[in-house]
Amino acid sequence: MRRPANRIPDASNAAVATLLGGRGGKNKQPGKQKRLLFMKREILTAAMGVAVAGLMVTGASAATLDDVKAKGFVQCGVSQGLPGFSNPDDQGNWSGIDVDLCKALAAAVFGDATKVKFTPLSAKERFTALQSGEVDLLSRNTTWTMSRDTTLGLNFAGVNYYDGQGFMVRKSLGVKSALELSGASVCTNTGTTTELNVADYFRANKMEYEIVAFEKADEVVAAYDAGRCDVYTTDQSGLYAQRLKLTNPDEHVVLPEIISKEPLGPAVRQGDDQWFDIVKWTHFAMVNAEELGVTKANVDEMANSENPEIKRLLGKEGEFGAAIGLSNDWAYNIIKQVGNYAEVFDANVGPATPLAIARGKNDLWTRGGLQYAPPIR
Amino acid sequence: MAAVEHASAGGAPKVAIFNDPRIRGAAIQILLVVLIVFLIWGMVSNAATNLARAGIASGFGFLNVTAGFGINISPFVEYSETSSYGRVYLVGLQNTLVVAITGIILATVVGFIVGIARLSTNWVVSKLAYAFVEVMRNIPLLLWIFIWYFSVLRLLPDKAAPIDFGPFGLLNIAGYYAPKAVFGPGAGWIGLALLAGILASIVIYRWARAGLIVGLPLVAYVLTGFPLSFELPTTSRFGPRGGARIYPEFLGLLVALSFYTAAYIAEIVRAGILAISHGQTEASYALGMRRGHTLRLVIIPQAMRVIIPPLTNQYLNLTKNSSLAVAIAYPDLVSVFAGTTLNQTGQAVEVLLMTMLTYLALSLLTSLFMNWFNAKMALVER
Repeated sequence: MRRPANRIPDASNAAVATLLGGRGGKNKQPGKQKRLLFMKREILTAAMGVAVAGLMVTGASAATLDDVKAKGFVQCGVSQGLPGFSNPDDQGNWSGIDVDLCKALAAAVFGDATKVKFTPLSAKERFTALQSGEVDLLSRNTTWTMSRDTTLGLNFAGVNYYDGQGFMVRKSLGVKSALELSGASVCTNTGTTTELNVADYFRANKMEYEIVAFEKADEVVAAYDAGRCDVYTTDQSGLYAQRLKLTNPDEHVVLPEIISKEPLGPAVRQGDDQWFDIVKWTHFAMVNAEELGVTKANVDEMANSENPEIKRLLGKEGEFGAAIGLSNDWAYNIIKQVGNYAEVFDANVGPATPLAIARGKNDLWTRGGLQYAPPIR
Repeated sequence: MAAVEHASAGGAPKVAIFNDPRIRGAAIQILLVVLIVFLIWGMVSNAATNLARAGIASGFGFLNVTAGFGINISPFVEYSETSSYGRVYLVGLQNTLVVAITGIILATVVGFIVGIARLSTNWVVSKLAYAFVEVMRNIPLLLWIFIWYFSVLRLLPDKAAPIDFGPFGLLNIAGYYAPKAVFGPGAGWIGLALLAGILASIVIYRWARAGLIVGLPLVAYVLTGFPLSFELPTTSRFGPRGGARIYPEFLGLLVALSFYTAAYIAEIVRAGILAISHGQTEASYALGMRRGHTLRLVIIPQAMRVIIPPLTNQYLNLTKNSSLAVAIAYPDLVSVFAGTTLNQTGQAVEVLLMTMLTYLALSLLTSLFMNWFNAKMALVER
């Protein structure tokens, strides 16, 4: 320990003397000169290193598929815990419809739905994480808006859940409609569309309000639960999910009003059309599978179907997988390992789960819902 | 090569150019500057190219765009949802300054009290101060913020059932609602009278200073026909309305920041006092001074010279630590500007650059002030 500690100030003095063009020459000793040369080489190497590093600071490279294949897994940005959408259990296993989309993507790319890793992101961090290449896909109950699509350098690859913003209040307040909320204090997350919608809604209805915006959803729930706010607002699905975390879920009611359109969907970086296509068609394959009646259970039997649409979906006809840089059984792997859209919905947020959300707008277009996938042909 | 030829031809022993320490020194310095300029230029142009390629907007035009979101706490700056992002920046800066300045004052007061208490000969007082210091500084600040905020929330009564202090306002979980001063026409004279009272007191400070500060505004108050009234908060379905309000978010953050920093300040104060030779105390006693006078007139003035430089550090830390506000919904600069604004506009480079420069400026200003104060307190040798 002692030796290097003694040496460093000595050497740096010499370096300083050199840099200052000082009088180092006067009392030069042979040993010192050697060390001086050595220092210079070190400085030069370090400087070159820094210069090279500076030149290498470029964004994530264009071909995400190649990167993903090279590292062997999909890095997926999810929420920090929203039951039904992306939530870790006590063993750290993630589940939810956003998580299943990531798994489906891994199944399509690798034929193995387990080759995916999750990065929990706050609402605030999420876009930067995607822009900087930290995650390959942002599947984090994120609302598709024009400004996000255009100015943030992202592309939204579809809508895996049609949502709308709602309000939750205590039953004891006796509020029946959101229009009675003038003067209330409202808890929500910062950096979300929720914050903007609530401002618009109260302004449009000439009502007063006080916004209390936290960074993490857990603190929002804690503050609302403690009684700091009268109202908790977020996407309606989120309200049902977060209500489960309250001390007495039965004492709270979700108001009927939906004050905004919140199409939630996966986002990828702009400028990589191939990866964009893969994510888009991963979602479409699941919706198409539901429409064609292909499920996790019957997919093997369906592979022998005579229906040309099913044949194209499962890769028995045509070269659709190759067209997006994947194997031909990409959709087969998705359905076999993750399931079709209805199965994913029912398993995570459907009537049989604690969230008990009806299909509603998320039903297939054939049954009056909004889920509609372009045909595979 | 010319130098070498020259050296062989001439009589005096000449050194080759690349061995001349002065030239070599200059060359290395020039090289360093060129390298740094090149690096910075490289980074800037790289960032610009990357942003353009990724289709991310850039520039400072966003500062004039309507923000569209609400901010609940803005005591001085006028703000509504229709204000611009530039205004959001001002609101954030204001809230950061408010919590930093009040925090610094509170931390200094508490820190000095605890620091002196640690040196007390009273066993209980000194151990209590010791426990305060150890508990405060050995738990992460973010945890303290949560503890104070959520414990403050849990302690306060429900919105529907506030504690009523009558003419002094209401207290409930959403904060303390104080009576708000409403100034009528001619109220400006009261302020002027207050100012005049303070000035006059400074000029003739030996005589009845408090009388002037209170008396002059009172005379003005009566002469202008009682233009000052107080608006009391009223209750409603969603808790009290109106009045001047202190928010629990502010209170939680303020207490957490100032107690945490006070623990460090206490140790600095203790170190400063212990640095003064015991002979000073003995000499002071020998002159017949009492304990309080000794501390106030002999020890502290000398200890200040030791205390001020590390104290500056703690002030800077407190200001910078106030950026943890976002965790408990206090709308400081990092929360509303480097948080919400960044998220809505996506212009991370510009927003973060502005935020960083702001904190840098705040820190430099604090240092500048403390350096001035330090120079003033330094022993002037005659």
